[in-house]
Amino acid sequence: MKRQLVVVGNGMAGVACVEQILKQSHNFEITIFGEETHVNYNRILLSLVLAGEKSPEDIVINDIEWYQTHDIRARLGVKITGIDRDKRVVIDEDGGETEYDKLILATGSSAFIPPIPGVEKKNVHVFRTLDDTRALLEKARPGLKTAIIGGGLLGLEAARGLQVRGCEVTVVHLMDTLMERQLDSTGGQYLKRKIESLGIRVMLPQQTAALFGNGRVDGLRFASGEEMEADLVVIAAGIRPNADLARSAGLEVRRGIVVNDYMETSDPHIFAVGECTEHRGQTFGLVAPLFDQGRVLASAITGNGGPAFTGASPAAKLKIMGVDIFSAGSIDESEPGVETVRYEDPSLGTYKKLLLKDDRLHGMILIGDIEDEHLYMDWMRNGTDLTPYRRQILFPPRDADPGREVADMPDSETICGCNGVRKGEIIEAIHAHGLTTLAGVKQCTRASTSCGSCTGLCEKLLRAVTPDFQEETRTTLCACVPFSYEQLRDIIRGQQLKSVEEVLNVYGNRKGCEVCKPALSYMLDMVWCGDHEEDRSARFINDRVHANIQKDGTFSVIPRMRGGVTTSDELRRIADVADKYKVPMVKVTGSQRIDLLGIKKADLPKVWADLGMPSGQAYTKGVRMVKTCVGTEFCRFGVQDSTSAGIELERRLENLFTPHKFKMGVVGCPRNCAEATVKDLGLVGQEGSWQVVVGGAAGKSVRKADLLITVETTEQAMEACDLFFQYYRENANYLERSYDFVERLGIEKIRKETVYAPEVEKTKLLDRLARAKALAKDAWLERETPVHPTQFVQIQPMEVPPT
Amino acid sequence: MNVAGVWTPITKIDNVPLREGRAVTVGGMEIAIFRLEDRCLTIENKCPHKGGPLCDGIVSGATVVCPLHGQRFDLETGMPVLASQPGGVAAYPTRVEGGIIFVDLGGSLKLPEEAAA
Repeated sequence: MKRQLVVVGNGMAGVACVEQILKQSHNFEITIFGEETHVNYNRILLSLVLAGEKSPEDIVINDIEWYQTHDIRARLGVKITGIDRDKRVVIDEDGGETEYDKLILATGSSAFIPPIPGVEKKNVHVFRTLDDTRALLEKARPGLKTAIIGGGLLGLEAARGLQVRGCEVTVVHLMDTLMERQLDSTGGQYLKRKIESLGIRVMLPQQTAALFGNGRVDGLRFASGEEMEADLVVIAAGIRPNADLARSAGLEVRRGIVVNDYMETSDPHIFAVGECTEHRGQTFGLVAPLFDQGRVLASAITGNGGPAFTGASPAAKLKIMGVDIFSAGSIDESEPGVETVRYEDPSLGTYKKLLLKDDRLHGMILIGDIEDEHLYMDWMRNGTDLTPYRRQILFPPRDADPGREVADMPDSETICGCNGVRKGEIIEAIHAHGLTTLAGVKQCTRASTSCGSCTGLCEKLLRAVTPDFQEETRTTLCACVPFSYEQLRDIIRGQQLKSVEEVLNVYGNRKGCEVCKPALSYMLDMVWCGDHEEDRSARFINDRVHANIQKDGTFSVIPRMRGGVTTSDELRRIADVADKYKVPMVKVTGSQRIDLLGIKKADLPKVWADLGMPSGQAYTKGVRMVKTCVGTEFCRFGVQDSTSAGIELERRLENLFTPHKFKMGVVGCPRNCAEATVKDLGLVGQEGSWQVVVGGAAGKSVRKADLLITVETTEQAMEACDLFFQYYRENANYLERSYDFVERLGIEKIRKETVYAPEVEKTKLLDRLARAKALAKDAWLERETPVHPTQFVQIQPMEVPPT
Repeated sequence: MNVAGVWTPITKIDNVPLREGRAVTVGGMEIAIFRLEDRCLTIENKCPHKGGPLCDGIVSGATVVCPLHGQRFDLETGMPVLASQPGGVAAYPTRVEGGIIFVDLGGSLKLPEEAAA
């Protein structure tokens, strides 16, 4: 007959422990009681739910099917109020009794609420459960004055989450260092600077004496007597083990439920696991040791024997995108025999400190550069003698053989500490499901889905095991908005953001810089196809005045001359402009156009009007020109009408913007006189067909373009151009030239998603291009309707001061 | 020579768009006035690196980035943001009253060369 196993607590530690038990024995009939009504979810990712990076569904670890598949009775929303150890039953709040042969207490912990007057007021929250998170999300809105009490891991993550939702957040911390349990004061300074640069206010040391307000909180009063307004207060002042149930049942309890090295409590039928426990005087608040506990408990409860739990050295990582903080081991420098090695670079925001004892790694603080976290953790865990590495210890050389690190690891080694996934399991999954991407590994094993610190290791494993490994590229735009391009496009689309300021205020540091502002401007224009709030202050000067700034502060003017074809009238007007404005230099460009150099800003609108030609966009990241040869019209070798095709192509795409400048060429025969094969997009005429080529370059890089497709008609060639053009616009990173883009994605993928895409996808791409084109206009028309009265006009002072 | 403590009215605040700069030639020099959310700030309009027009730079917080080569200056002090960058520019006290921007053209905050170096 099966024995009855009752688990009180449906959180990460309890359920992970049950998973381990299921692996070892099928002799239990299992009942899990959970006070929350949710299935088991990943509590450490709540901050990402708060920040909108994940949905509540994304963080479910065991869905309801899992319980069913394993014949586990899940009693959710049921609180256990007592244990009768003589009868061996647990008693729920309705008086119902459930018998057990073995009982596991996994009651977790609760937020510690300091005894501050006023904590009972409305709009004072804690941040601990999914329901807490939902409650916060309901309150959060742009501009809401929000105070976070507590500058530890959880407090900072909550702060960022709410700030991303638009709240005006201040972190109030009792100590003079943020995360003082993980960082020293220098590290705390670095962290503070980063947090502040994200647009979060930090006040420390600041003791909150009371929360004031009539029923609803209005603000905080500090011990210093100062006050601060706040409409929302989140208390993140630490956690306390939930041990009342055990205490009332007469089990030994100090701060937590006391367990031995096998996770047994003082009653041989009762075990405990997770944050409710106290082991050798230590309590727990981070997830990794809890999985170790679960494994030990499973071996003990199934009678399999096995390893003992010997405690855990602390390791903590802050989960705020763009703020890399890792701390592990002891950070106490005053310990006898401890030596400290450190490095810092304030401009880069990098700080590394290693604590050594007897030539072994004893603890570490890594800020800004946590690349070597795994190597250091290995050194620390294995007690590696560091004498041979001492000279390069802060910058350990990268292994020449990247597979080496994972090859050296035993299959039983835990790769993902958050979800307790071992190397062997990942390798098995890679083989069984033919995985080639990190996303696949995440989906099948759950490794790397929590804090993300094992992402690098999972990738190394993939690279070592599968020859077809596809790396995910995620380049963060810049420190002001620390998200990847893909994420930012999703954010702009998903959160319906229509101005650079909105993006910076909600997802960035509220300032922005010369790197991210133009990039965000481009992304907004691309995502909304021009239907957005254009903010000229976020644009480089060239895009404010539609001309290219020169070394002396004057500008160059290049009118559009489609396909490099002009007329005597145009040439005459250009000559007249050159005379009238005393243009210092008139130059034929490499793009078959004419450049007028040395024009004053104030003269630009007049010059454009006198030229009577549209902007050639030679100053911007946009469609430059189509260079052509004379083709069948005059050339005796021409087999296609390259001039007409080039003019047509230029008309189709002109006035649109691209991630980087975009140059084109059309040639009427393979002699390639207009160098179409070294352009971003080129058409090469053949007898009866066009070759469409993409990703060519003849600048800083020289690259021959790849063949996208060969088509028979000019119309088909134009469609292929449109498809590639819009695909590049939507998927390239800002300032990524087409030749880098084509190499990054590979021409085959690009073919599959453009010219060989299903009709419906092609139509969508072409529709979006058409929508953008419909709103695009010649920028030089601003000569008649400037966006601002002083866009071009020199301001004259109201009064000349006396001399 | 401009005398310190004299506030010269320069232009209507509406003539300078939010988070942009505009150049004005006044009192024998060229200044760049920047309009931030809550105030205006004024510096010399010439980057000490290669003479770039700072008024045309992108504003980042209370700093401006020279459009020519990316040198960055604090708009309040005129000091370069990176210590490795040589030299700063003069910064002039600025205030807004009745919608008019006033600058104290003699009140340059430029620090002595040795301090700026």
